[in-house]
Amino acid sequence: MATTLTINGEQKSFDAAADTPLLWVLRDVLGMTGTKFGCGVALCGACTVHIDGKPVRSCMLPVGAVRDRAVTTIEGIGATPVGARVQKAWLDLEVVQCGYCQPGQIMSAAALLAATPNPDDSDIDAAMAGNICRCGTYVRIRAAIKQAASQRQS
Amino acid sequence: MAVAEKISDGLSRRGLLTGGLAGGFLLAFHLPVRALAANEPVQPPDDTTGKFAPNAFIRIDNAGKTTLVMPQVEMGQGIYTAVAMILAEELDADFAKVTLEHAPANEKLYANPAFGIQATGGSTSLRAFWKPLRDAGATARAMLVQAAAREWQVEPASCTTANGEVTHKESGRKLSYAALATAASSERPPKDVALKDPKDFALIGKPLKRFDTPDKVNGKTVYGIDAMLPDMKFATLAACPVFGGKVGKVDDSAAKKIPGVQKIVVLDDMVAVVGDHMWAAKKGLDALVIDWNEGPNARISSKDIWQDLRAASEKDGAVAKSTGDIAKGLATGDRVEASFELPFLAHATMEPLNATIHVKPDSCEIWTGTQIMARVQSEAAKAAGLPVEKVIVNNHLIGGGFGRRLEPDMVVAAVRVARQVDGPVKVVWTREEDIQHDIYRPVYRDTIAATLSDGKIVGWKYRVTGSAIIARWLPPAFEKGIDIDAVDSAVDMPYDIPNFHVEYVRAEPPAVPTGFWRGVGANNNVFANRMFHGRVGAQGKQGSGRLPPVDACKKPASAGRTQSRGGEIQLGPAAHRARRARRQRAAVVRQLHRDCCGSGG
Repeated sequence: MATTLTINGEQKSFDAAADTPLLWVLRDVLGMTGTKFGCGVALCGACTVHIDGKPVRSCMLPVGAVRDRAVTTIEGIGATPVGARVQKAWLDLEVVQCGYCQPGQIMSAAALLAATPNPDDSDIDAAMAGNICRCGTYVRIRAAIKQAASQRQS
Repeated sequence: MAVAEKISDGLSRRGLLTGGLAGGFLLAFHLPVRALAANEPVQPPDDTTGKFAPNAFIRIDNAGKTTLVMPQVEMGQGIYTAVAMILAEELDADFAKVTLEHAPANEKLYANPAFGIQATGGSTSLRAFWKPLRDAGATARAMLVQAAAREWQVEPASCTTANGEVTHKESGRKLSYAALATAASSERPPKDVALKDPKDFALIGKPLKRFDTPDKVNGKTVYGIDAMLPDMKFATLAACPVFGGKVGKVDDSAAKKIPGVQKIVVLDDMVAVVGDHMWAAKKGLDALVIDWNEGPNARISSKDIWQDLRAASEKDGAVAKSTGDIAKGLATGDRVEASFELPFLAHATMEPLNATIHVKPDSCEIWTGTQIMARVQSEAAKAAGLPVEKVIVNNHLIGGGFGRRLEPDMVVAAVRVARQVDGPVKVVWTREEDIQHDIYRPVYRDTIAATLSDGKIVGWKYRVTGSAIIARWLPPAFEKGIDIDAVDSAVDMPYDIPNFHVEYVRAEPPAVPTGFWRGVGANNNVFANRMFHGRVGAQGKQGSGRLPPVDACKKPASAGRTQSRGGEIQLGPAAHRARRARRQRAAVVRQLHRDCCGSGG
């Protein structure tokens, strides 16, 4: 039974049981591998995508629950002004090391800035607490979020 | 400036490797460090037809594409950018236009001089490859200059190079490297090529942007776990929860009913479920009812492991270093003793363990991210029952290595599963499996006895007890009972201690596999000796056992690492000595390779 989702503004149809987490539909069925598998139990944040602009861990979100809401992934976030600013700040400050967690970090950061354009440290802590980085890039992530926020205002 | 992505269309762009690389690990040591010297006319493993390929690291085609082959794998440390900078610096390539490519499995061409095998680890990449890469770049540049000079009938010395072009200053003539690629291929490499004076460096020392990061912020980077092949299946596995245990009985009746489950693969020590996607495979695995024959290791507890380690640490060890007279030193002044214990640690790389495998009757192709290309190739060949040259490994950027990907077990397991599957299969470990079946950083116990007199340490007896990872991973380097990694930073502390003694006791924990996990021995030893200085020192009774502050123990006059006023780190004499000791250890390893394998080619 085909399901259709709107992903990064495009209609995508596929066959998958309703309980299949969105993560595996994206990665294994649609071949959109930018969204990462890290833990499978919403503890690491690597699989973060947006559902109607809100950050969601796709490894625990059954695809049947998405319905007609808009899915945005790391492949599409650069098309939004806030996403583009976040990506630029990430490169300007050379945030990335191995990079595996960064799609999730960027999705969480973009959602934060969309909701809270000028976050303070506690806003950043609250929004980013669920995203683990094994390389330890947290300090630069914080700086890049602040840079992305400041560029909006300038 | 793009990292060449691996094509994942089921075809290798390199074709089968030429030259039979022997599967045995020891034979790897045959590999001569000098094969890395740029002057050696090596047979590159990839298709270099129509390209200027003067050595293992540089390819320039007639269309102007300059490809730099990366001998060390990128796992976030920035090595691709550093290697490219070094090569491009001496080559005078147009840095904005170079393409980077992962090296294929080829121990002869890409062995790390620090180990003698094709491995990325131990913070050795720049130290080991700095000179060979500079030689490679400079040699290629010299050959391009020779070709241009021959074309123009001028002296090579009258030509200059920059941004991928040779210029004849007097006449103003220019030829691009692309135009010279064919002619340069028939030039003889110079014997002693001149390297740049560091003051002329245009790239090295400049804060350049990394090559690998742009695609890491937009989801385009293809890690091993992202390899996609046509008609690929997906699998996940469970090994016996007890190390060394075997599969007993498997009831797969419920698993088989799950939509998307294609196959249950039962091996002697693990079970895998193959499906249309990871979710089907995982649900299938969860639905299996497996009876494990756990074997004798089921009776081992954490308590047993610590008891064994503590007992071993009471024995005398192999002496790693002894200066002065330790018996006399320990009989002088006030004595302080302490011991420290460090636990097993899992790596938990962000990118879960994975390998995508396509086993065919006469070949095996692998897509993964590994720190040990050639060893993965040879171990996969054994698991596939194929000659090593029939195994192709496509390496990828790594989502966290930390030493976990210095082991081939995840690839070997995937090959064993893939042998039971028609077509390509991506085998991904769940996070739970990754933590439960890691090859852990070992437990250590460190005992220290020190004596103090007049505010100075006069005796220092340090014993480290733990697993010898080197003995398993690089056997010829395990000599006289000393694991050179386990005593790293214990034998070369930057302090002036007149009676100094370090011992190592090898104690392998029962059942639990141990491996490298970042600076393994160094982290253990530095932790113990700094804790000893800090905590024991602070808590000791004044006058009876209080240690002097660390600074008072330092070798005089800018010993060790010192912070200058400008914020620049400068190495003091002790750090230079430590560095020399490291170099000497590396030389010992190299000598061992030669000793056990003849002349070393």
